[in-house]
Amino acid sequence: MTNIMKKQKYERPIINRINAGVSNKFGTQTKINIISEIDGLAVKDLLKDYDSPLYVISEREIRETYNKAKQAFSTRYPKVQFAWSYKTNYLDAVCRLYHKLGSWAEVVSGFEYDKAIDNGVPGSNIIFNGPDKSEEDLTKAIKNGSLIHVDHFDELYLIMKLADKIEETPKLAIRVNMDTGIYPQWDRFGFNYENGEAWNALNRIMLNEKVDLVGLHTHIGTYIMTPNAYGVAAYKLAELAVRVDKKYGHKVKYIDMGGGFASKNTLKGAYLPGTDTCPSFDDYAEAITNALINSEIDPDNLPTLFLETGRALIDDAGYLLGTVLANKRLADGRRSTIIDIGINMLFTSFWYEHNIVPAQETTHHTEDTTIYGPLCMNIDVIRAAIQFPLLNKKDHVVISRIGAYNMTQWLQFITLRPNVVIIDMDKNVHIIRENETKKNFDQLEKVPEYLK
Amino acid sequence: MNIKKDIAISDSGFVFDPTTGESFSLNPLGVKILTLLKDGDDQKEISDFVLQQYEVDSDTFENNYYDFLNMLKQFNLTEPQA
Ligand SMILES: Cc1ncc(COP(=O)(O)O)c(C=O)c1O
Repeated sequence: MTNIMKKQKYERPIINRINAGVSNKFGTQTKINIISEIDGLAVKDLLKDYDSPLYVISEREIRETYNKAKQAFSTRYPKVQFAWSYKTNYLDAVCRLYHKLGSWAEVVSGFEYDKAIDNGVPGSNIIFNGPDKSEEDLTKAIKNGSLIHVDHFDELYLIMKLADKIEETPKLAIRVNMDTGIYPQWDRFGFNYENGEAWNALNRIMLNEKVDLVGLHTHIGTYIMTPNAYGVAAYKLAELAVRVDKKYGHKVKYIDMGGGFASKNTLKGAYLPGTDTCPSFDDYAEAITNALINSEIDPDNLPTLFLETGRALIDDAGYLLGTVLANKRLADGRRSTIIDIGINMLFTSFWYEHNIVPAQETTHHTEDTTIYGPLCMNIDVIRAAIQFPLLNKKDHVVISRIGAYNMTQWLQFITLRPNVVIIDMDKNVHIIRENETKKNFDQLEKVPEYLK
Repeated sequence: MNIKKDIAISDSGFVFDPTTGESFSLNPLGVKILTLLKDGDDQKEISDFVLQQYEVDSDTFENNYYDFLNMLKQFNLTEPQA
């Protein structure tokens, strides 16, 4: 009888220098996390069925996060309305899911506006923000009864001119920028509070009979780590609402606090991970609703609180799955791992230290590693320095918390954009955006006769 | 390639180099190969051993083996070549 010995699982030989007591930029990691499945579906099967790389969106996580946010605000304030910030992720399936959950739409261009209409959002439930609204866009928005958030005086005068010609009364709010104690202060959008510009704009709107002031808006910035800044902002908008009421006997219907809540991603250069430092929805809700409730606003006529939360709602629901292309040794001995996910698909890698983990079991051994994307560009770095387990060519990796901004700011650069799928509540997988083909691009290009 | 004679290798995966005072940690296959090298095994003997015992093909192992030798050199665990 021959004795067939079962071979041992292979892990390539490694050696690391021990720097006693000195923590290095690669950080220390004791436990290696892996993500081998998403909502019960194996990463390796998803990649086999839909190719690598692959964007995956979890409906379950979208719903859970939305419910958490909604609960935080609606338990503290009687009238709350979320408006899905299209720029964060405007894949139609994603937008429709948020609309199904009760969100209105917040858009910042004619393109996004038309998307919202096509997604079945009633015109009156669309908030139209931003500095770039054409005459045609504004005309459409006025006729549809959308909420137009005025950014500057040129736009206000154009709207007043249009109001002379159009039967419907434009419904307006102004965007207000202000000092909330955070740096940098976003003062390029809207009218400033401290210098009186916002008050001036409100007076002009109130004195024009052809337009209707319905709300007040601010968006103080993005990834704001201090809930107190929202308290300050809400207090200042409430103060404007009270002044309008005192002077004109007119009550605004809503106060819109914009977006900007931090997601649990870790900012580059941050000392602690975002999971430890980022405030909860309850923290933000407490600051905002306290400011409104404690303001001078008539409690019998509280305005609706609008929120345009983007990244904090969807970041956790998005994953980017990929494959190791090669391992290399850099001149100084550091390992580099090249994966098929480049910064063209992960725009947020410019400001986040993204969480990247293996999709299969590894041992606890790790090496100082730099993770590169596949682009032939020096800037294509996914993680500059990470303690990473020993992956082999063809092994899979998962980057988590990528749901916000990556599926809108992605670049068609060197490679084509891959499939995007959503996993529904019954664990069915649906393609919601097909991978691009060269044909898609050929359709847009034209070669002049003389170059043929 | 010759490994420095006076380095201390522990089974639990630690290596101490008394000439520099530096310590290193290795995974189990790293310890095994370093021990074989120190005992004077050549590449063929090591490769035969690994291919027989582990689930790996020879190309992958050769690639990883040279990478490992480079790291030993990088960490000055080899005798300077004559
Ligand atoms: C006006 C407005 N509202 C909402 C958002 C969404 O912001 P966030 O994703 O930070 O929540 C943005 C993003 O820049 C914005 O400009």
